Amino acid sequence: MQGYRLKVALHLYGDKQGGYAVAQDNYVLEMQNIGKVYAGNRVLKDVNLQLKAGEIHAVLGENGAGKSTFMNILFGMSVIHSTGGFEGKIVIDGKDVSITSPYDAMNLGIGMVHQEFMLIPGFTITENIKVNREITRPNIASRLFGPKLESLDMDAMNRDARKALDTVGLNIEEWTKIAGMPVGLMQFVEIAREIDKANMKIIVFDEPTAVLTESEADTLLKAMQAIARSGIAILFITHRLDEVMTIADNITVLRDGELVRTLPKTETNTFQLAELMVGRKVEKIVQASENKVKEGIALSVRGLKVLMPGEEVQKVDLDVFEGEIIGIGGLGGQGKLGIANGIMGLYLAAGQVSVFGKPLQLNDTKAAYQAGLAFVSEDRRGVGLLLDSSIEMNIAFTAMQMRNRFLYRFGPFSHLAYGKIRRHAMEKIKELDIRCTGPMQLTRRLSGGNQQKVCIARALALDPKILFVSEPTRGIDVGAKKIVLEELVRLNRELGMTIVMTSSELAELRSICHRIAIVCHGAVEGVLSPDDNDVDFGLMMAGNYHKLRGKEVV
Amino acid sequence: MQVEIKQIPAAKVSKAPPPGARLRAFLFDNMVVLLFVVLSAVGVWLSELPLGFVAMDLVSRIARNGFLILALLIPVMAGLGLNFAIVLGAMATQIAVIFVIHWGIGGVSGVLLTVALATPMAILFGILIGRLLNQTRGQEMITSMMAGFFANGLYMLLLMVMVGTVIPLRNPKLLLPHGIGILNTVDLGIIRQAVDNIYTMTFAGFMALLAGLLGAIGLWEHFRQRGRSRPRTPRALYFAVGAILAAASSLLTRSPDSSFAMVSIPLVTFAIIGLGCAFVGFISSTKLGQDFRSVGQDQHVAKVSGIDVDRTRLVAMVISTVMAAWGHALLLSNFGNLSTYGSHESVGVFAIAALLIGGATVTKATVGQALTGLLLFHTLFLVSPMAGRNLLGDAQLGEFFRAFVAYGVIAASLAMYAWKRTYAARKRLNS
Amino acid sequence: MGNLWKNIVDNLGFARLVIIGFLIVLVFGAAYFEIPLGPLLSAALVRTGMNGIFVLAMLPTINSGIGPNFGLPLGILCGLVGSLLSIELDMRGMPAILFAAAVSIPLATVVGAAYGWLLNKVKGSEMMVSTYVGFSIVSLMNIGWIIMPFTSPEMRWPIGRGLRVTIALEERFASVLDELLAFDVAGVVVPTGLLLTFFLMCLLMWFFIRSKTGMAMRAVGDSKQFAVASGLNVDGYRLLGTIMSTVLGAVGIVVFSQSFAFIQLYEAPMTMGFPAAAAILIGGATVKRANILNVILGAFLFQSLLVVSLPVANKIITVGGVAEIARIIVSNGIILYALTQVGRGD
Repeated sequence: MQGYRLKVALHLYGDKQGGYAVAQDNYVLEMQNIGKVYAGNRVLKDVNLQLKAGEIHAVLGENGAGKSTFMNILFGMSVIHSTGGFEGKIVIDGKDVSITSPYDAMNLGIGMVHQEFMLIPGFTITENIKVNREITRPNIASRLFGPKLESLDMDAMNRDARKALDTVGLNIEEWTKIAGMPVGLMQFVEIAREIDKANMKIIVFDEPTAVLTESEADTLLKAMQAIARSGIAILFITHRLDEVMTIADNITVLRDGELVRTLPKTETNTFQLAELMVGRKVEKIVQASENKVKEGIALSVRGLKVLMPGEEVQKVDLDVFEGEIIGIGGLGGQGKLGIANGIMGLYLAAGQVSVFGKPLQLNDTKAAYQAGLAFVSEDRRGVGLLLDSSIEMNIAFTAMQMRNRFLYRFGPFSHLAYGKIRRHAMEKIKELDIRCTGPMQLTRRLSGGNQQKVCIARALALDPKILFVSEPTRGIDVGAKKIVLEELVRLNRELGMTIVMTSSELAELRSICHRIAIVCHGAVEGVLSPDDNDVDFGLMMAGNYHKLRGKEVV
Repeated sequence: MQVEIKQIPAAKVSKAPPPGARLRAFLFDNMVVLLFVVLSAVGVWLSELPLGFVAMDLVSRIARNGFLILALLIPVMAGLGLNFAIVLGAMATQIAVIFVIHWGIGGVSGVLLTVALATPMAILFGILIGRLLNQTRGQEMITSMMAGFFANGLYMLLLMVMVGTVIPLRNPKLLLPHGIGILNTVDLGIIRQAVDNIYTMTFAGFMALLAGLLGAIGLWEHFRQRGRSRPRTPRALYFAVGAILAAASSLLTRSPDSSFAMVSIPLVTFAIIGLGCAFVGFISSTKLGQDFRSVGQDQHVAKVSGIDVDRTRLVAMVISTVMAAWGHALLLSNFGNLSTYGSHESVGVFAIAALLIGGATVTKATVGQALTGLLLFHTLFLVSPMAGRNLLGDAQLGEFFRAFVAYGVIAASLAMYAWKRTYAARKRLNS
Repeated sequence: MGNLWKNIVDNLGFARLVIIGFLIVLVFGAAYFEIPLGPLLSAALVRTGMNGIFVLAMLPTINSGIGPNFGLPLGILCGLVGSLLSIELDMRGMPAILFAAAVSIPLATVVGAAYGWLLNKVKGSEMMVSTYVGFSIVSLMNIGWIIMPFTSPEMRWPIGRGLRVTIALEERFASVLDELLAFDVAGVVVPTGLLLTFFLMCLLMWFFIRSKTGMAMRAVGDSKQFAVASGLNVDGYRLLGTIMSTVLGAVGIVVFSQSFAFIQLYEAPMTMGFPAAAAILIGGATVKRANILNVILGAFLFQSLLVVSLPVANKIITVGGVAEIARIIVSNGIILYALTQVGRGD
């Protein structure tokens, strides 16, 4: 790995205030009444946005607020067009446009720096910057057989790449391969690629600082300001309120797919933004359990570190009381999903975890089951179910393997007890109201809500003492949501089961949990009661709580 | 306005690696090639065959297989892995050659006609296999292998059952006694060595020519790279070394008493192979080549950047199949004999094994590796029986050994590639 | 009626229907040409029994997620060693068969374990790697057949070194199982012993599938993530699947050889994996999922096709080797078709 020094050569842009004369009402981009429905699920409704040249516009919102979908529409990603397109109009420089592919977007002057890097590791920086836009020279063959046979002009491409790299302030050779580069630098290469494209009017940044260290993030923000000063408008999706207040000119807050407010930075502050992001009337969907939480600690976590790609846990300390329903909330990518997965041994983990006082062996799923833990994964279809097996088999499976239930055993041999499996499945179908054609139906055919019930039934068949549920109502319709949440409350109330519920939906956490821990940057930012005010929740989720409130919350 | 940012301290980078490390790195990177150089050298020594004889046989083998092996390079570039379906190109040529023999057209015109007839068939086959591979993304190699087997069945159906019945070919010299089906062996005498014989040269003479050529290319490389700030590859050096070796061997074999005196080099054939190398090199330096590489490295990024991934892969397969067809024409012409139901069968396996022995992998293959592998593989191949007899008392053992080497090299490469794929994925996860 | 038809097409898949249709046409053709169906059926039954265990050997690897075991030759080589040993020790009849099997099984277990270890390292490319590992080991074994210190004159070349290419089993254990309890009905000779052996193996496998371990193995093949999340050791079950498949290959060649009446060494084992894979696919399996019905149905369909096609083709055109061509086209075609179906429905 090479050492590097980052310096921002801002002298290229100078300090000319108003270097780019813009008529007051000339918007470079207008998105009007944008809406999107995915298979019956509405994720965006009537969102409007205006952008001027050289403006930095932040788009704030929780998970599921619709930010990424909004950007995918602007950039013409196939995931939008292969699922029915979108509603609304996009206007660029006053003209209506149709964007049906990233290539269209590029030709219209829109560039995107994705959260998931679109870089080819085996290629050099130059080759990445110039993918499908290579500079070529004609030769004999190309004159006869077509432009694809034109010779590559590596020198010219290297020169362009050098220019783009200098612009973003990256002092690294343009022929360096991407593989092995630190993630922060890759981000800059992504930006260099967009800048290199001629006629760039707008660049969209999707959570640009998510993978950067603090100093790298600083440098990036300054680079973004430099780009904006040169006349390119910037749209950036983020949840980091600090960054927003530092460089944004205008801020749009989305919530549940709708536009909450658009306001200039000068007219707001972190607290207000936090509140706008989170606040909604909390309907107590379900009566919170009146079960008296016992004194004893069911689960104790110290210094937990989990390597779950995209949801890394850095250092989590948490105590869960026996008999409580504790919620784990936070924004996507902050680590909340990593906690349950790490404890259950699905991803590499380190730290100390003890269950009812006894230390738990990490990285060992079987040990977790034997210690009385069970879990319902957030990845219902991938991890939670055998899609091409019957409901009854799915329900019985883990208990069969881990506890030898539903088997007839003769020494080293065993045989499935089909009768027992059937009866058990019928019971659960009735209890959880699983809508199906019968216990033999393949789980692939069930609706999301019913699939979730099967997963819960499977976890329950293990008679767990502590149940982890992750994203229990994701992608489920309202009616089924209610049933799932009610079932969790019932388990807690009637059986005294300790439940650790991880969810991106703050509302459902606030409706059934006794306490809610908010995870940010891979650690517990704080623990709140469901009745605490919205601002506190918003600040914690954005990671600003301690900075601004400065008090210790247990 | 200058803005100074807190600078991240540069990590200590040692400029000069310890002296032994570069040699060790070279040995490690080229492990496979070096192993086979040793193996071939040992084999030649054990076989007790005169070098000139080895050279003579080797020259024919290179003339036969040189162009074919180049057909494998472009699919590797485009991420399609090892093209086990080059046998389709060979089949196209075999069908064409039967017509040419039937019409009795010999000499160079016969070969040219074979190529002309085979090419449109090869293009069609290439399109078919290309579309099939686009359907089976991620499993391209097993698909191309099975497609080769399947096509072989269809080929046999065509030539064994349909000729003489549905296809009204009546030529007693070509057909089996019942009048249905092509003979098992077809004499290609009229086109035998047609291309080879256009112009031949002595070994010493050829080596001198080669020395001059390599030297010239080396010089050109050197000057081309001089104006660059880009890290320079030692390519000029390789050519220079090659030139010196060629010059040396030319001088050593000059005498008419040398065992090399009877070796005659078919210059035109070798020139065609050289053109093939130049062609692959040319494609590599074009936009098309860059598209191949982009698609080969990451289909998703390529697609998002606007490249027509499916079409690029298809073009790669068509070029490969056509090159295979042309290469096979050279093979049949040199050999002078067609084993109707067998000549094409091992074409894929041997070419692939040779390429891998030259140091190529499933994801990277260069012209240099193809040529190196060609030399090493065929040397090993031809000395194995004699070496086996001298070492173990049985020539058969030598033959079995060389088959084991061919299959084993492929198995090992595939395993390494698969292992690296899962290892790299896990590494990315854990980093 | 249209709905029923559509259901059949969807369930069976296009390729399978083509093959079944083809078979029906051939049977009618045979009747038309007045080829006696009795002997044809007998031959089909014998060949089903002969090859059936190879087809069964595909099941454990398919179910554990490795796909069809193209490396079946490895198990076959173990079985051959066992058979040769029984001849070397001058055994005959049933004891010879039992001995051959008894020796091959532990050998196949060890070989299968090593092979399974390799396959665990190359997840995603199992089919390619297993094919070429199979080819290389068979080539290596060719050297083995020459240098192995067997002494029996039945097996060795009269002059020169090493074992013969084919070794006759007439005096040894040819047709022992075939003729065991065989009976005649309506012109069809039923090789009871052979079929019983095959069905016995299928039965054992059936019980295995319905056991805790069998269920675990199927889950591993269906969804690795689900299996891991249920506390299972994925690599362990894949290893078990490979070992089972290799052992079945070993037992399979013993049964095959006794029916064929010859032991075939050298190049013969090399491509024995492919027809077995094709057969199970024809029987309705996919590259990821298979059951016992697929095995039995597939083995019977595939062999019947080959048995009936030869005489019918010979009546139409007198070309030698048509059956061979049919076998190549059908078996490779069905595997190719199965490969194109891998991405679908996932």
